[in-house]
Amino acid sequence: MSKTRDLLAALVIRLTFVVALFAAVLMPAAAQSTDAELKLLVDALAARGFSETEDAIKALAFTGDDRVAAVLGALGEGNLFVGKTSKQVVIGRAAGRDLVLTDPVTRAEIGTEPSAAYTKIRVNNRLRRTIQAAIGTLTLLSDNPVTRRAAAEAVMKTRDPETIPALDAAIAEETDAGILQVMQEARAAAVLNSDAAEADKVAAIATIAGRGDRESLSILTQYIAAPGEVGVAAQAAVDDVNTTIALWNAGQNIWFGVSLGSVLLLAAIGLAITFGVMGVINMAHGEMVMIGAYTTFVVQQQIRMYAPGLFDFSLLIALPLAFLVAGAIGVAIERGVIRFLYGRPLETLLATWGISLILQQAVRSRFGAQNQQVGNPSWMSGSFDVGLISITYSRLWIVVFAIFVFFALMALLKRTPFGLQTRAVTANRQMASAMGIRTPWIDAMTFGLGSGVAGIAGVALSQIENVSPNLGQGYIIDSFMVVVFGGVGNLWGTLVGALTLGIANKFLEPYAGAVLGKIFVLVFIILFIQKRPRGLFALKGRSIEA
Amino acid sequence: MITHFILNGLDRRAGIVVALLVAIAILVPVLNLVVPPSSPFHVPGYTLALFGKYLCYALLALSLDLVWGYCGILSLGHGAFFALGGYAMGMYLMRQIGPRGVYGDPVLPDFMVFLNYQELPWFWHGFDMFWFAAIMVVVVPGLLAFVFGWFAFRSRVTGVYLSIITQAMTFALLLAFFRNDMGLGGNNGLTDFKDILGFNVQSAETRSGLFAATALSLALSFWICSSVVRSKAGKVLIAVRDAESRTRFIGYRVEHYKLFVWTLSAMMAGVAGALYVPQVGIINPSEFDPANSIEAVIWVAVGGRGTLIGPIIGAVLVNFGKTWFTAALPEVWLFALGALFVLVTLFLPKGIVGTVQLAAASWRERRAAAPAAVALDPKPAE
Repeated sequence: MSKTRDLLAALVIRLTFVVALFAAVLMPAAAQSTDAELKLLVDALAARGFSETEDAIKALAFTGDDRVAAVLGALGEGNLFVGKTSKQVVIGRAAGRDLVLTDPVTRAEIGTEPSAAYTKIRVNNRLRRTIQAAIGTLTLLSDNPVTRRAAAEAVMKTRDPETIPALDAAIAEETDAGILQVMQEARAAAVLNSDAAEADKVAAIATIAGRGDRESLSILTQYIAAPGEVGVAAQAAVDDVNTTIALWNAGQNIWFGVSLGSVLLLAAIGLAITFGVMGVINMAHGEMVMIGAYTTFVVQQQIRMYAPGLFDFSLLIALPLAFLVAGAIGVAIERGVIRFLYGRPLETLLATWGISLILQQAVRSRFGAQNQQVGNPSWMSGSFDVGLISITYSRLWIVVFAIFVFFALMALLKRTPFGLQTRAVTANRQMASAMGIRTPWIDAMTFGLGSGVAGIAGVALSQIENVSPNLGQGYIIDSFMVVVFGGVGNLWGTLVGALTLGIANKFLEPYAGAVLGKIFVLVFIILFIQKRPRGLFALKGRSIEA
Repeated sequence: MITHFILNGLDRRAGIVVALLVAIAILVPVLNLVVPPSSPFHVPGYTLALFGKYLCYALLALSLDLVWGYCGILSLGHGAFFALGGYAMGMYLMRQIGPRGVYGDPVLPDFMVFLNYQELPWFWHGFDMFWFAAIMVVVVPGLLAFVFGWFAFRSRVTGVYLSIITQAMTFALLLAFFRNDMGLGGNNGLTDFKDILGFNVQSAETRSGLFAATALSLALSFWICSSVVRSKAGKVLIAVRDAESRTRFIGYRVEHYKLFVWTLSAMMAGVAGALYVPQVGIINPSEFDPANSIEAVIWVAVGGRGTLIGPIIGAVLVNFGKTWFTAALPEVWLFALGALFVLVTLFLPKGIVGTVQLAAASWRERRAAAPAAVALDPKPAE
């Protein structure tokens, strides 16, 4: 009895297969099969061997019926069961020891039964691929472009030659150029895997090579060893794709480098101002960054508590506050300690180091030593792709912000009376003083400005770093390197220094590893200082001892 | 001439310090080993170990003072030389473990077995011999200092720039030594030592011996430093500190003097590290932390830079304070240390010893001036 049933099913499958093949080619709008036919085909999925199940899957796929995708999906996920006595195939969802059953054809729930009465239809990897291809071809004609694109990508992964007719049908219908390309690439992958003519295969290789990504590389490398033209073409294509990928990688490194460079720029630019104007090494600069980050944390905490709707604006609120808080602390440090130490740069270095220890411990006592949770506003989360590069919004905004801060400071120093006086003090303190500039006031304001800029750098860094009392320490040496490398008293030097170090770091990383790359950069700077002791963009002056 | 150089360093005051250190080297171990624990004069092993550590720090501070106090080179990376000396000693101690390690490999230290090393890296050869390790303790830091100084002083990198690149140097070494590929134990460093020269490092006798060795090394280094700063070259060093360009214009090769004292100082720091490691039983990359080097600077500043006894007093005092604070009020220690940095630079720029010397000098001056004032007084004395 069951034997004849199987035979019958097999016959129906073969027939449908052939018919559907033509149907798919000739009538792209898939015909709806009747419930009975479909049921017969679905029941055939419970066949004895994997290869029979595979035939059944293909047959189902070629009906082009909307309902098939759900059934095949269930099969792939292991949710398709066959009754031990009824031999009916059903979709089941485990609920304790029972199964909640759904009819695969009508999609109606048909009650709950003990799991013991049903056997799961097993699939292996080969079948999973077939399922994927089948679902892919089914959805190739969907009305939703996103679904179509996903389907084409899925079919591409399977590289099943039997999908070619369905792909051809879909290609004929497709209007979206992007999706059309993916479909053609999927077709090319399938052609390569089939026993098509050599010329077709070579054309297919060209199509796939056009993708120029890692997936095309993994497909093409499989055909390098192929005989004749195909192998040669594949080899050439692989070389081609490798070049493309190397270019994208370089692009990615540049982007990472620019991103790191902008972070360094933010951290170092305040330091460059204070060092340039006052010749003072502020070892507590990193702590100003940390305080800026903690200001962000506190602002977000308050917003969460009192006005959750404003969360997306939390960074905009935190920016001026961080500037004011860090700037005020900076002015206090200058008035309280540093002004007594002018002319003794080494002592200033030690005193500010002491202040950095106090600030760190103060924050640790108040907020605890653990990392604080600073959230990303919605406009800073997520990422988008450019070619093979994935760009996160947070990094992008930080680059934009760093550039903005740079030019704002530039304008402040070049276009305002305060900037004029600051530059005058940088160039020649005595002469500036003699011309009536209140140098102590300029010192305090410059120190406040430098610290405030460090504070807003902290707001930006809170988005990509762990906010902890040690946040600043991680940046202090790097910031010094940027300032020393770029040269003092010139913001362009800081910009060039930050970007150079950022990009150099990221280019060394793939070859030497992150740590060794950083060591190379440090050693390079140590050697560079020997050659140009005043940095890349040194101020020209007449003093013999700065 | 050499004898003159050596004897010249040992004037009355330096002689007292050296004699005192030698006395400590003998007395403290005796009080620890011979005097019974019931006696009030007994020095417990814990105190001995603690002060042994302080003396290592004192040696590091002394070496730092030699370059900062006498030549004006503020090194923020002396911890690197200290740690390199420590690693050289640590490598010797690792080789002494032999087959007693957890994995029982006769040659390879445990961490190498763990990291699947097949054979000893080339730079580990020779460290099974004490004399070789002892030479390396001074040669490795000395060589690094020589190369670093050669470049830095020739191109006249001075002041804060030099300080920053010394800090970069120790930071680079910190990162390097954290790597497992370095073949020096990576993150965990070198530890689990058993023997030094055949004596168990844990035993009270060995600990006393190490204490004595540290005190004697400190005494010897003090003598050497004293000789250096009192010699003609020492005068040039002070001239470099106070007016580098002027010294150069007079005709001295400033960079040669700097390079000499810088290398000597690094070697002393290396010895300090080598004595430190067997006493604390571990050396790991955190010793390269730039914060450690800056902390050493404050010992010198507290004690008084430009005086040789100052850094010794400063190192012992600050570290005693650290031990006390971290046990009693751990929250407050960093506040105290930070405040120390600020207050010392603001109010005690010459440190304790320098201030005392200044006060003593002005007192003596006043006393010398007082009789003269009396003599000038027209009123006849009763």
